[in-house]
Amino acid sequence: MDDYPDQVPFHALIRRDTATPQPRLIRRHCLSTRLWHWLNALVMLVMVMSGLMIFNAHPRLYWGAYGANDDAAWLEIGAWVDAAGRNHGGVTLMNRTWETTGVLGLSRGSDGAELALAFPGWVTLPSTYDLALGRSWHLAGALVLAWGLLAYLLWSLVNGHWRDWHITRAQWHPLAIWRDLRAHLRLPVALAEHYGVVQKLAYAGVLFGLLPLMIASGLAMAPGVDAGLPWIVDMFGGRQSARSVHFIGMAGLVLFVLVHLVMVLASGPLNQMRGMITGHMRVPPSHPSEEDAP
Amino acid sequence: MITRRSMIVGGGLLLSGCDKLVRQPAVDGWVERAAGLHLPAQRLLVSRHALAREFSAREISPTFRANGNTMPEDDGWIAHANQGFSRWSLRVEGLVRRPLDIPLQALKTMPQRRQITRHDCVEGWSAIGQWMGPELRGILSLAGLLPQARYIVFHCADRTGEDPYYESIDLIDAFHPQTILAWSMNGQPLPVEHGAPLRLRVERQLGYKQAKYVTRIEARASLAGLYGGKGGYWEDVAGYQWYAGI
Repeated sequence: MDDYPDQVPFHALIRRDTATPQPRLIRRHCLSTRLWHWLNALVMLVMVMSGLMIFNAHPRLYWGAYGANDDAAWLEIGAWVDAAGRNHGGVTLMNRTWETTGVLGLSRGSDGAELALAFPGWVTLPSTYDLALGRSWHLAGALVLAWGLLAYLLWSLVNGHWRDWHITRAQWHPLAIWRDLRAHLRLPVALAEHYGVVQKLAYAGVLFGLLPLMIASGLAMAPGVDAGLPWIVDMFGGRQSARSVHFIGMAGLVLFVLVHLVMVLASGPLNQMRGMITGHMRVPPSHPSEEDAP
Repeated sequence: MITRRSMIVGGGLLLSGCDKLVRQPAVDGWVERAAGLHLPAQRLLVSRHALAREFSAREISPTFRANGNTMPEDDGWIAHANQGFSRWSLRVEGLVRRPLDIPLQALKTMPQRRQITRHDCVEGWSAIGQWMGPELRGILSLAGLLPQARYIVFHCADRTGEDPYYESIDLIDAFHPQTILAWSMNGQPLPVEHGAPLRLRVERQLGYKQAKYVTRIEARASLAGLYGGKGGYWEDVAGYQWYAGI
């Protein structure tokens, strides 16, 4: 324990069976975090769904500066007809094809008719093919996402929230990370007053890694931006590479959101919702070693 | 019990609710205006004179996808095509001091610009090709723009159904050195599927701005009153943004 003074001992908190554990109500999230969280929840949904709509317009991904139908794609979501005349949908990743009929490549519209769409209508915005409308939502949402991120980071710098992301030297220890990771796999996931190292890594990874990557790779696809700031597209090794990175980054963000939602469900969703709406949430009684933490 | 059918119907209702919101004219208007902020943002942050990346000859796409209309059905265009465009000429008119008819041969003898650039389709794909032709600004100075002129419109020989293709750009892009009227592609006369005999290259914008089969250039003070009034075929028909720099 003493080797990792910042390590919050989750198991100790759960298994405490000594005298009178009193859960405490603490102020967990500042206003900037709460505002940005809910704005972002909405914007991310719009960005992913409208982005999938745009992807449907050309569901092939390439590496390099150029790439069109006659060039080799590393990922393709498509449809084909078999010898019996039946339609199929599938995903081709580096020349290996998996059939995904009903979901990817071929799905049914709200009237039940088969549609050859990479992503089905229930995950795209709008739900029927409309590249212009999907682009308008995506380009409008991008402004909210990028400027919102900048405002949030600056606000967090001013109000001191950035300290909550600071990973101490002790927390960087592989054993500490491993212990924290394991604590997240045990149900119910225990709450603590401060972020654990895995949480800090995940949030910092999104704030300083994935989101800036999405903004940069998105800008790299804009021909007007490329002319003025060619280093943005060079950074990715070409416009089609930037498009591929944009797609992979999107998958990373979706994965983050899914794990985030599972963790909320596993650690008391009502308490968590209360925390993100009012700022206050209930945490287990503090443990002596936590008080000792610098 | 939740059946597959009820899930489809329920999901459909949810989606149509979502789509109703998305397609509300007021909501759509706000989103369009917000997306339109990329034009002033780019004009603020990116130099008006910034050049699009030019590539080397070995970076040219093995095949350059031809998109949109690939064979005009206009009688006048077909007659010219049958003569190898030897008697074809470009009309320059509108808010200009000297309306012009410039024969293709004369366009080829004007100062030429050759550039290997990347063509980015709004759908997402890109192709690299070499283009050559006179700079648009040279043609506009020959005709002499009147002070009221704000937009340059490109009228084309191809149509989709009833609607003729057309496109428009502002004077910042019209006087950009890489904005050319290309009669040559990859060292050959411009192929029919790529817009013979003449197409626009406006290199800092997406593919739908690169009007093919250009027959007439018109300088205008406003885009209102021209076809759908939004400044281009796809802008009118499908709601694409007029500024395609993003």
